[in-house]
Amino acid sequence: MWRDALLVAGKDLRIERRSRVATAQVLPFAVLVLALFAFALDTDGRILRISAPGLFWIAVLLASMLAAQRSFAVEVDDRGLDGMRLSGLDPAGIFLGKAGAVAIELLVLEGLLLIGTALLYDSPLRGSGAVLLIVTCVLATAGLASVGAIYGALSAGLRGRETLLPLLYLPVTAPVLLTGAKAMEAAMGVTPGLQVGEGWPWVRLLGVFAVLYVAFGVLAFGALVEET
Amino acid sequence: MSAPVISFEGVVALLGRFPALSGIDLRIDRGEIVLLRGANGSGKTTVLRACAGLVPITHGLARVLDTPLPARSTVLRTLRRRIGLLGHAGFLYEDLTVEENVRFAVRAAGLDGASVSEALTRLGLDGRLRTQSVVSLSAGQRRRTALAPILARRPELWLLDEPHAGLDAESRDLLDGLLRDVVRGGATVVFASHELDRAEAVATRTIALGGGHAVTAEPADPSRPGSAQPASPQPASAHPESVVARVA
Repeated sequence: MWRDALLVAGKDLRIERRSRVATAQVLPFAVLVLALFAFALDTDGRILRISAPGLFWIAVLLASMLAAQRSFAVEVDDRGLDGMRLSGLDPAGIFLGKAGAVAIELLVLEGLLLIGTALLYDSPLRGSGAVLLIVTCVLATAGLASVGAIYGALSAGLRGRETLLPLLYLPVTAPVLLTGAKAMEAAMGVTPGLQVGEGWPWVRLLGVFAVLYVAFGVLAFGALVEET
Repeated sequence: MSAPVISFEGVVALLGRFPALSGIDLRIDRGEIVLLRGANGSGKTTVLRACAGLVPITHGLARVLDTPLPARSTVLRTLRRRIGLLGHAGFLYEDLTVEENVRFAVRAAGLDGASVSEALTRLGLDGRLRTQSVVSLSAGQRRRTALAPILARRPELWLLDEPHAGLDAESRDLLDGLLRDVVRGGATVVFASHELDRAEAVATRTIALGGGHAVTAEPADPSRPGSAQPASPQPASAHPESVVARVA
């Protein structure tokens, strides 16, 4: 399974490196979302600063949807998923590979968006919250990438998949948005009096969601690709 | 008498709610090169995809390489590694090079990729083409690239859907020679084609599929120049009556 996952992730990352869709389209889109929030709320810098964690995760959420869509668009073009099934790849390995490649792209994106958030929303990161912030990003990314891989595969063979994916994706990832934003709020210290330690319960909850999404993908991906 | 490579008895397969195969019977033995012919929508592609477990079989008895279908996921994975399917699609990634595509498919099948170079050379994809992105290839070059992983994997059963499509005369000769060599090596080839002159020249037997009609199985004409002979001790012509198909 792990060997198959590495193979698929390597293939996807190579395709992204060549096509530059992530850097030329997904990243600018996410930065644009952050900038639009800044324009919309700039009359009150305090609101913008307090809202920064939630706005950050909304930008990540929307960008992750594009990344997931792109990840399966390359499979739809010439029936790549069928090709992988015919090769005898472990479906769990395909899932982990696809999700892993999306996760790596998202982690890079989140690093850049954190800088953008600090600059645009005047919400500097505090050193004491660094570990909490990193763990939050890793767990949330695992959850988002997993849901993206599950629904990306599910909708890949369907007509109207461009509009179907957001309908499926956004409700299921809402817990990640909520817990991620709460944990990040504590990590960044944007709310007066909120301590870093108060973010860990949210991280634990985020971890539960992430584990559930990953486990569901590992167990169900085979049935999903065989049925679609 | 050895077990058939493909055995369908009353097989029904649905595409959505539409019965793409409705009670098809067929038998294909080791070492044959079997041409599936028929009009558009006659079920040729569905037969090939059903053999690879890509189309759900809802009724009837189906065995491919001694594996009953439908099968559990793990059994299906093992079966698929023994099969090479070239569909209308080539399962290629446009942003990867020819060699990267072939190497990925071969490694995905659990092989180390040692046979990739040989396959690329055999299909005329060596040299500059090897490092060219698939997006920049002609239709014929794409088709040969799609064939390369199958050749490199050396499966027991080759299922090819319109393998001659898009190929120039030289590439078609190359493909026909390849199929004969593959069968001489002990494999079995089943392919669908509309280019009957070309296809019948290489086939050892023809199975005609038609909407709801009994179909015929014709042995190869040994007098035809270039016509392949089956490697199997059980020649295709010995059991023409075994092939009766009704396809919706």
